[in-house]
Amino acid sequence: MVGGVKGFDERRFRISSGCGVVGVIDREGRPFSGELVVSSLCVLSERGNGLGSGFAGYGIYPDLKDCFCFHVMYYGTEVKELLEGYLREHFEMVFFEPIPTKEVKGLGPLPLLWRYFLKCKEDQGSEEEEILRHVMFINRRFRKACVFSSGKNMGVFKGVGEPEAIAEFYRIPDYQGYIWIGHTRFPTNTPGWWGGAHPFNVLDLAVVHNGELSSYGTNRRYLESWGYQCTLLTDTEVIAYLFDLLYRKHKLDLDLVVKVLSPPFWFQIQEAENGEKELLRSLRIIYGGALLNGPFSVIVASSNWIVGLNDRMKLRPLVAAKSGDFLYLASEEAAIRAICPTPEEVWRPGAFEPVIGRVKDGQT
Amino acid sequence: MVRRRRRPEFYVIRDYKRCNECRACERLCAYAVHVYDKKTRRLEAEELKCVGCHFCEEHCPQGAIRIERALSTFSEGRWSTYDLFNIYKQAETGRVLLTSTGSNRPYRDYFSHMVLNAAQVTNPSIDPLREPVEIKTFIGKRPTRLLYEREGQTFRLRVSLGPLLEIESPIMFAAMSYGALSLNACKALAMAACEFGTCWNTGEGGLHEELRPYAHRAIVQVASGRFGVNREYLEAGCAIEIKIGQGAKPGIGGHLPGEKVTEEIAATRMIPPSTDALSPAPHHDIYSIEDLKQLIYALKEATDYSKPVGVKIAAVHNVAAIASGIVRAGADFLVIDGLHGGTGAAPTMIRDNMGIPVEIAIAVVDQRLRDEGIREEVSLIASGGFRNSGDVVKAIALGADAVYIGTAALLALGCHLCRSCHLGKCNWGIATQDPQLSKRLNPEEGAQRAYNLLQAWSLEIKEMLGAMGINAIESLKGNREQLRAVGLNEKELKLLGIKHAGEPW
Amino acid sequence: MRACTIVDVTGLSYRTLNALLRHLVQKGVREVILKNVLGHRFIGAGLKAEGITIHVEGTPGNDLGAFMDGPTLLVYGNAQDCVANTMDAGEIVIYGDAGDLLGYSMRGGRVFVMGDVGYRVGIHMKAWGSQMPVIVIGGKAYDFLGEYMAGGTIIILGLKGETLRGSFIGTGMHGGTIYIRGEVDKRALAKEVEVMPLKDEDVSLLKKHIYDFCQYFSFDFQKIMKSEFTKLKPKDIRPYARLYSY
Repeated sequence: MVGGVKGFDERRFRISSGCGVVGVIDREGRPFSGELVVSSLCVLSERGNGLGSGFAGYGIYPDLKDCFCFHVMYYGTEVKELLEGYLREHFEMVFFEPIPTKEVKGLGPLPLLWRYFLKCKEDQGSEEEEILRHVMFINRRFRKACVFSSGKNMGVFKGVGEPEAIAEFYRIPDYQGYIWIGHTRFPTNTPGWWGGAHPFNVLDLAVVHNGELSSYGTNRRYLESWGYQCTLLTDTEVIAYLFDLLYRKHKLDLDLVVKVLSPPFWFQIQEAENGEKELLRSLRIIYGGALLNGPFSVIVASSNWIVGLNDRMKLRPLVAAKSGDFLYLASEEAAIRAICPTPEEVWRPGAFEPVIGRVKDGQT
Repeated sequence: MVRRRRRPEFYVIRDYKRCNECRACERLCAYAVHVYDKKTRRLEAEELKCVGCHFCEEHCPQGAIRIERALSTFSEGRWSTYDLFNIYKQAETGRVLLTSTGSNRPYRDYFSHMVLNAAQVTNPSIDPLREPVEIKTFIGKRPTRLLYEREGQTFRLRVSLGPLLEIESPIMFAAMSYGALSLNACKALAMAACEFGTCWNTGEGGLHEELRPYAHRAIVQVASGRFGVNREYLEAGCAIEIKIGQGAKPGIGGHLPGEKVTEEIAATRMIPPSTDALSPAPHHDIYSIEDLKQLIYALKEATDYSKPVGVKIAAVHNVAAIASGIVRAGADFLVIDGLHGGTGAAPTMIRDNMGIPVEIAIAVVDQRLRDEGIREEVSLIASGGFRNSGDVVKAIALGADAVYIGTAALLALGCHLCRSCHLGKCNWGIATQDPQLSKRLNPEEGAQRAYNLLQAWSLEIKEMLGAMGINAIESLKGNREQLRAVGLNEKELKLLGIKHAGEPW
Repeated sequence: MRACTIVDVTGLSYRTLNALLRHLVQKGVREVILKNVLGHRFIGAGLKAEGITIHVEGTPGNDLGAFMDGPTLLVYGNAQDCVANTMDAGEIVIYGDAGDLLGYSMRGGRVFVMGDVGYRVGIHMKAWGSQMPVIVIGGKAYDFLGEYMAGGTIIILGLKGETLRGSFIGTGMHGGTIYIRGEVDKRALAKEVEVMPLKDEDVSLLKKHIYDFCQYFSFDFQKIMKSEFTKLKPKDIRPYARLYSY
């Protein structure tokens, strides 16, 4: 039995969820407490049903920022020994410890939660490819363990519970980060497994997602033919992998990545100017398998940027706001007003109007 | 041996109260079924000649004729009427049984065992009446990633998309040659394809002068007989299809009986009139996969890489491996023609016993190409017995990019599936070269009907896509999650790569 | 008794807030001021009353005025999604922007938005007899405006420059009228919609609602009425008659 329900392994089933999402970035790269994103997310608790929330923060491990930090959840102690052996075999283990938590009433059953700060051993080519390969292997092979975060100087914290409870449990207010995203979930099943909550992570990408992909079957098989293993059977996993493929591997600029995932309609492409028309046409023809169909609003964060994106028919809500160096994204305006009562600008991005916020002097 | 009176396949039931002896049926029937008997002063029917095409029934001004399939009290179970009559014919003639159209044997109909999803609650369906649902499809080779240089908002693409066919909906007309079909039938389909924005296919018939105005939407076929193939022919079409095989008769070549090889056919194909146009089974210059690569590139060179060059094969046991080889040999698109594909003429035993169903073929080919990481490069076209838009949507969900329709297109033109195309006496003017008969098919009217079919199916496809919550057909391609099986066994589920109804995501 | 009640709704759940509202209305309160509204949903939902004004300070949550029948809601800020969902009667005035799905299946009453609205505004609005719903938007609207509209009036003023940002305007429309200030790019219009010339009744209608609109937001009524308006009507009351074969 894994998590809450006997005989039920959530990972065998793809669970849809309704949700609320938030994201905040200080474009100057100055860290701020995770408390901010928690306050914002709590306003959206109506959108969840207490069966999953999570956060991702960037810049939270400044002292170990050159290490890949694996956040691991264990449902069992034997698997912990096995996995630690595996990690020691393949990586240089710089430091490891339990993830600091606080006891919160009502949360449980709890998995064991540990974090490992790792470096790649020799120069085996791309570090990222190495890490990704190992994480996919671990998550496929070790059924009672899950690496749910694996980027540098960032971390995902998530579980089955209300936003306030999960935030208190993981001591989110104790962390300082310059980008934070958060999620509250309304799954249509009874998950017990903490790995099913959002955000979903690939290397340093974290994704929170409101909606369901009708193109999931297509996207997944497209990714599998590129060597990605979809181990979690969630839509969010597919979105994260697609970002990794298009942005990191294929080196498409962010503004092209969003045009692949949420492309304009043919009648709009027809009316574009020649150069843009050819570009849009080519993107759509080459990357048809990456098109995301179905309702969604998605916030994706990385070490240097945050993106808010809607589906082509804008079926899910997303509000953006700016105040000084801060950029805010949320499913509802109230969530932004809770932490920024008088923003300079508030707007509702439309279907083909993605919001991209970059850290100044960042590598993008 | 006593000459027995054979039971006919069809009864011609005439209501003599209605019949006014206008003798239209006698004039109209190409099989000479109706005969005016001067002694009895009424019309009689030579029922043994009737093929059941219903032309007389639908044209009798008095509505006096009824054509009914004769009930078989001959045989049921393991020995069916089909078996008995086949043997009788062979005992009489000592020859190979010949037939036409697609196989009707009771093999499992996989499409009828698959059902589609609909989006509900957790995902909205899209309203195709009022909201956009895109079914535009591109056929041909494409790169799998975009390489570019940019300066601000100006982009310079460093990849080129291969020559592509842009079709308004994922349905095209299958290869049906001028020869198998009358010129009017070909014209009707060609006109409809051009008007609608999809493609038609010349089949092995070459390109008749009168079809030239529609050639810009024609996929020209290069088959083993190379009928009508010259540089002009290759230039005229919008794509080239190397025909290796077809679903109705895997392993053998095209077959046009001498009865249908008129002067005009002969001229178009450049063969002596009245001879049988029996294409060789293999292309004699393709005995192995590298030879195919050679032919593909020969054609590409000859046309300066200006149009997609694809390959059509029959679905057979090793179809996945063959497909993989063909893609690696440089094909821009791949047509898989399944067991139920139609034909103008084929040996009955081959049509009914060779090949595998297209559903399974598409599923395994699509999976194999993905496993090898080469699926995204090419387009996969499914063919063979598509009866309605539901079949089309299911084929795309299994992995096809688009679908060819043959029999369905002819039905739109008036075909009644009497399965007598090889006799060349089609009363409907479709599968005949007899000028009197083919005059009965008005190309403009036929084109309108074929266009209507394309339009109706396309609208239905949009409705089904919308119902699944999908607004772009790219998101249906290979989306096996949108399919569930009903009443298939484990092995079939595994091969098709789909779950059974009731199983969740 | 004092006719105006001030309530600080900080920390209240929407259930408590709405129960309180219903209670106050029942007790005869004529004016309520809700302070520190932050994401509270369903404010005024199903509230049936005449001559009541509810002031909303802050950011109301989704479904503001859903199924509402009579009261006036004044929102001092932006509203979120689903405002006036299936509203029967009453008046909602928003001193800001609103989100998607405003006026879905609206059957009566009026909604005035000072700024912009989002997607799918005025879907399947209905009118019958004296029941005539009206939506007036000061800024712009996005795609699917008036989708499947069966009756009612939508007026888009575009006072900041843009009236429509999107396509499929009036898709499936088979009743009702949409007025856009200024000219309209025909490509934005769905195929069920056509541009019709304005008649005197149209001008009177526009004057009536735009006047009230301008009163609320202190806009220049005379200046606005100098503009040309484009009138959009459905081509057919049965737009899909020839789609299906029977």
